[in-house]
Amino acid sequence: MSGSAEETVRDEARTWLNTHWDPNAGLVAWRTKLVESGWGAPDWPPEWHGRGLSPELTRVVEQEFAGIGAVGVATGGIRLLAAATLLEHGSDAQKAQFLRRILTGEDVWCQLFSEPGSGSDLAGALTRAEFDGASWTVNGQKVWTTSAHHADWGLLLARTDWDAPKHQGLSYFVIDMRQPGVEVQPLKQMNGHASFNQVFFNDAKVEAEHLVGKLGQGWSVAMTTLAHERRRADGLRSGRADVKGQAERQGTIYAEEAEETATVMAPYTWYPQRAGRVDLALPRALASGRIGNPAVRQELARLLILSSSAEWTARRARAAQQQGQPQGPEGSLGKLAASHVARLAARVHTMIAGADALLAGEDGPENGLIAEILLSVPAVSIAGGTDEIQRNIIAERVLGMPKEPRFDQGPFREVATNKGRD
Amino acid sequence: MPDIQFHFTEEQRQFRDMLRRFMAEASPSAEVRRLMDTELGFDPAVWRRMADELGLVGLMIPERYGGSGFGLVELGLAMEEMGRVLLCAPYLASAVLAANALCRVGSEAQKQRWLPGIACGETLAALAFAEPGGEPGIESIALQAAAFDGGYSLTGCKDYVVDGCNADLLLVAALTEPGGGPAGLSLFAVSADAPGVRRRRLRTLDPTRQLARLDFDDAPAELLGDLGGAGPALAETLDIGAIALANEMAGGAQRLLEDTLEYIKLRMQFGRAVASFQAIKHRCAELLLQVELMKSVAYHAAQVADANPEQLAYEASLAKAAAGEAYLHAAIEAVQLHGGIGFTWDQDTQLWYKRAKSSEVLLGDPAWHRERMIQCLEGRETKLASTGAVA
Repeated sequence: MSGSAEETVRDEARTWLNTHWDPNAGLVAWRTKLVESGWGAPDWPPEWHGRGLSPELTRVVEQEFAGIGAVGVATGGIRLLAAATLLEHGSDAQKAQFLRRILTGEDVWCQLFSEPGSGSDLAGALTRAEFDGASWTVNGQKVWTTSAHHADWGLLLARTDWDAPKHQGLSYFVIDMRQPGVEVQPLKQMNGHASFNQVFFNDAKVEAEHLVGKLGQGWSVAMTTLAHERRRADGLRSGRADVKGQAERQGTIYAEEAEETATVMAPYTWYPQRAGRVDLALPRALASGRIGNPAVRQELARLLILSSSAEWTARRARAAQQQGQPQGPEGSLGKLAASHVARLAARVHTMIAGADALLAGEDGPENGLIAEILLSVPAVSIAGGTDEIQRNIIAERVLGMPKEPRFDQGPFREVATNKGRD
Repeated sequence: MPDIQFHFTEEQRQFRDMLRRFMAEASPSAEVRRLMDTELGFDPAVWRRMADELGLVGLMIPERYGGSGFGLVELGLAMEEMGRVLLCAPYLASAVLAANALCRVGSEAQKQRWLPGIACGETLAALAFAEPGGEPGIESIALQAAAFDGGYSLTGCKDYVVDGCNADLLLVAALTEPGGGPAGLSLFAVSADAPGVRRRRLRTLDPTRQLARLDFDDAPAELLGDLGGAGPALAETLDIGAIALANEMAGGAQRLLEDTLEYIKLRMQFGRAVASFQAIKHRCAELLLQVELMKSVAYHAAQVADANPEQLAYEASLAKAAAGEAYLHAAIEAVQLHGGIGFTWDQDTQLWYKRAKSSEVLLGDPAWHRERMIQCLEGRETKLASTGAVA
């Protein structure tokens, strides 16, 4: 990035913020200003609330926001996945209807892809959408839907053609979640949390103009959503969101933002435990005296080796990317490594806890945190693509090994599914 | 202090490319098989080219002593490429262990006397630290040096000495204070043809790496540097050796993965390539992960050694523990995935398998290094400064 472009953007952003930033403004009112000025989503196109800046220059703007302590646009949940998908595939009418309220945080979104019958095999979706000439009628069931219980809109992948091959019979919709045909039930997990929902569609309606992209091309639209999901996950893993909290945070707007964050983040409180909490292992071993046990020492060292090497491998992949080498399937390697780290961490935490590993809640070590680790770790190797899928990806795309034989290439009507045949 | 880098520079990548071409030509597996059956165990002509044409032998030796003054990152690259082809050469012994020990311990006059010869490959040096039993850690060194007439003599045994039979110059760690302990540890130079030195080539599991047992019977020895102060420097040297070895191991593991993939993509069973079975694909995906993780620790340790030496002990142990398990895992998988032919003498996998096994144990096995990592973390750095990895 050229130094002068950076300075220009930095000066402009700083000047604008100095003039407009008000920590006692209403959250939506402030974000409306961000949307209208283009400073809220500087990497978005100028015609859609942005300024068309590069990622590097966007980072400069973020630094200026952090410097003054200014609150940004709404980013929590899957809002930005929805926005990215609509920016790429949506009609102008859809962009006009949805993008502004995504940024202001007035609308909550959810993603309706996974089904009870299609987890790893996402394209095997059985939820059907039928067109009567005026609108679409949706019937079926989705699962693992975060935030569905307070979502205004959903990104829906549904089957519109049963005679086309699997991937060509899907279409992508925006569905109104606040209608009688949509029923949301919490899905309780083995660790006791209910972070996700099941969503049942009973003759739910979708307006004709809420088809995203072309009929039958839902799979490629969904790929856009998933690519952004993966990118964001990488960002989370790299600890990129460290720009906030550098300035004094006094003002009424922060309370409003904190409330929003708390709601959005509520489903994710156990995610650090899911990853194994490697950070707790050494301090707990030292504090409990279990560090004196030779077996604990060996396993603890193994854990530290594995987690360090996974982190350094991720940094190698990012460094290669920064040097202009295309992003490879390192994401799959990283995900597989994370599963190993989490499982080993759970084993080490068990060794350190000793008999206390039997206990949970307020009776358990770290006020139940260790029990939560032990009961959350199994999710890591499933969520976001199972280890088995990752191994297939690595073998086929990195190592160039032959692809799996397929049994799902004819008309979808003839493909074996969990609900029999249509 | 330079930052830790997670990529190689353009110059380093070119260096690697150049090394890879040289090593492929100099050390095909047929040549490895020929050399491992010879008395010397390496090809002096290749060694000379490594010194003269590539400047490899003096890579880490400062320029004022005839070397090229590079750090462990470049050395690691060189080791990785050597490990890839299983190069038979006294590189670890002379260019890594002995050169680093001499650089750290020797007086100015001693460095000027010996380092140029080591750097140009004319002098082969070996570092003798381990003793019978091979107990890791320099704290267990028991060989005593006796002082006489302003000089010293050594009596006792050193074991597992890498390339000890080929060396002209032996650098021997010995105690110079009664009661032992690293505080009284000194390093001595002993000429290989001095009276009272007996050397025996050991039969090794891995014929591509030569080991020797040295017996000293009142052998004349020259004190290197100051009396009694060699412990920390020797520990550092062994850590650098462990990191260098971890990089060599990464090269070997990568090669095993590549050769295995090539074989199973061609090998047909049940009317399809062995590589097409999911059971095989998943093993290979895991193997790739292990190899990449191993490379990451080896590269990282080399970077840390150059940038942040106070972390050296922890990083060296982390790298060596990780590499020891990963290389052996790669070798076990490689044999398994080849099937019956992988267990035969004529198929090359066995050569790498043996190198993997010897590398696992040499300079401290994974369990020993894991224990040492925890000791570092417990804040025993002071104590660890005088402790090192041994065969």
